[in-house]
Amino acid sequence: MLETLIEVKNLSKSFDGRAVLEGINLTVERGSVFAIMGGSGCGKTTLLRNLIGVIRPDSGAILVGGQDITRFDENEMDGYRKRFGMLFQMGALLNSLSVHDNIALPLREHTQLDEKIISVMVKMKLELVGLRDFERLKPSQLSGGMQKRVALARALALDPEIVFYDEPTSGLDPVVTGVIGQLISDLSKRMGITSVVVTHDIGSAFSIADKMVVLFRGKVVAEGSPGQIRKSCDPVVQQFINGRPDGPIPLRQSSRDYLEDLLDI
Amino acid sequence: MRSEGRIIVFLRHLTSFSCFFAETMKWTVVKPFQGKPLRLRSAIAQMDEVGVKSVPIVALVSFVIGVILVLQTAYQLDKFGAVNLAASLAGVALTREMAPLLTAIVLAGRVSAAFTAELGTMMVTEEITALEVMAISPIAYLVVPRFVAMIVMLPCLTVLSDAIGMAGGFFVGTLAIGIRPGLYIHDTINALLVKDILSGLLKSGVFAAIIAMVGCYTAFAVKGGPEGVGKATMISVVTSLISIILADCLFTAIFYMYL
Repeated sequence: MLETLIEVKNLSKSFDGRAVLEGINLTVERGSVFAIMGGSGCGKTTLLRNLIGVIRPDSGAILVGGQDITRFDENEMDGYRKRFGMLFQMGALLNSLSVHDNIALPLREHTQLDEKIISVMVKMKLELVGLRDFERLKPSQLSGGMQKRVALARALALDPEIVFYDEPTSGLDPVVTGVIGQLISDLSKRMGITSVVVTHDIGSAFSIADKMVVLFRGKVVAEGSPGQIRKSCDPVVQQFINGRPDGPIPLRQSSRDYLEDLLDI
Repeated sequence: MRSEGRIIVFLRHLTSFSCFFAETMKWTVVKPFQGKPLRLRSAIAQMDEVGVKSVPIVALVSFVIGVILVLQTAYQLDKFGAVNLAASLAGVALTREMAPLLTAIVLAGRVSAAFTAELGTMMVTEEITALEVMAISPIAYLVVPRFVAMIVMLPCLTVLSDAIGMAGGFFVGTLAIGIRPGLYIHDTINALLVKDILSGLLKSGVFAAIIAMVGCYTAFAVKGGPEGVGKATMISVVTSLISIILADCLFTAIFYMYL
């Protein structure tokens, strides 16, 4: 029986009266790769921002190792943040620092290690993502895919228990997508790191995830292994994973009637 | 937007600005005593950026202002046959008012804009969120070094501006108006009191806090992409300028009454 690491209970969040997440429930097992999928605007980024403690939910709980992070004060939250790494969609490397300093930053801030040991650790993390030669460059001198790999190295700097990924493969070529996917599953299989991946890239999600959820309009519509999701009869899930233009997921997001809108002019 | 809406937005900004300032003070004054030292290296880099690199422009503006002050006062004083008073007038006006105010105005344009543009871009590219998620306080890491650099450098630049402004006055007073050099220096020294210089420096400290806080706060409140950064930069410069002039009026009134 796998141990539950993250448990989200009845999580809701709204902005300006518009509900973005409604009663989300999910569990993530330790050491697994968990994918959160859904179309644009379905609330998956908001869910992720709740999980990393950047925003707080209106109601519900997020238990990580049995502790409710939504009730953490500033110090406890900092303690929690040292336990996970986060890969941002655009990398979010500090542009004023070199690749080396970016990866060394969490080590310098949160450990008392000697600068030489930090340099060794930075090299090891860079080797993991295959970019050891680029230590002295600034992030702006790297391609998008390389920046993401450096950002992944930074996320792994403190040897976290959990790594959160926000669209790790968006905007990357198929080979780099494959490399990143391979890295994510290697990290969980070899090092026991729990990965939570927010993505709308069906291909890579199905190849790396042990378990996934599909969000639609702020609610979980399907949860299970990739095989179970594929067999799901839910029309939203079927439309999403097959990329069909017709179905319950609307292309148009306007609330007013089209004819009425035209006649109003 | 209706006026009630505007007032609410203004009050909301005022509240979050106060919290932002309190947080900055916490990391500048309290946390260093709880084992979280100031980032001196980063503060020194900022001092070079905001202070040392502002020297040429501050020097130029101060020199010219000194020249203008002496010329304008001499023009008036000539009617009373008291041209010699131009030296002491310029000296007092520079140290009490013109040097602190103009140095702050130059820096409001140069530094406030730079802070907002730089930190605002970091906000848009999620770099600030990334710091927060790495359990590194963005205020401690980014704002405090800039705040400290401004608090240290603006009074220094003001002293420089005092000196160069008086040199400008001396230059035009002796060469163009014909005040004897010895008399000019003697008059200036006699007219100046320590409190004139100190009140100017105290004001410049307040201006420094305004520039740093407005520049950084506006950046942290950036919404939207590059357009948001541009707009915030403009707002930051305008807000700094207006706040500096209002604060100047307030402090000048206080000094007038109690000093």
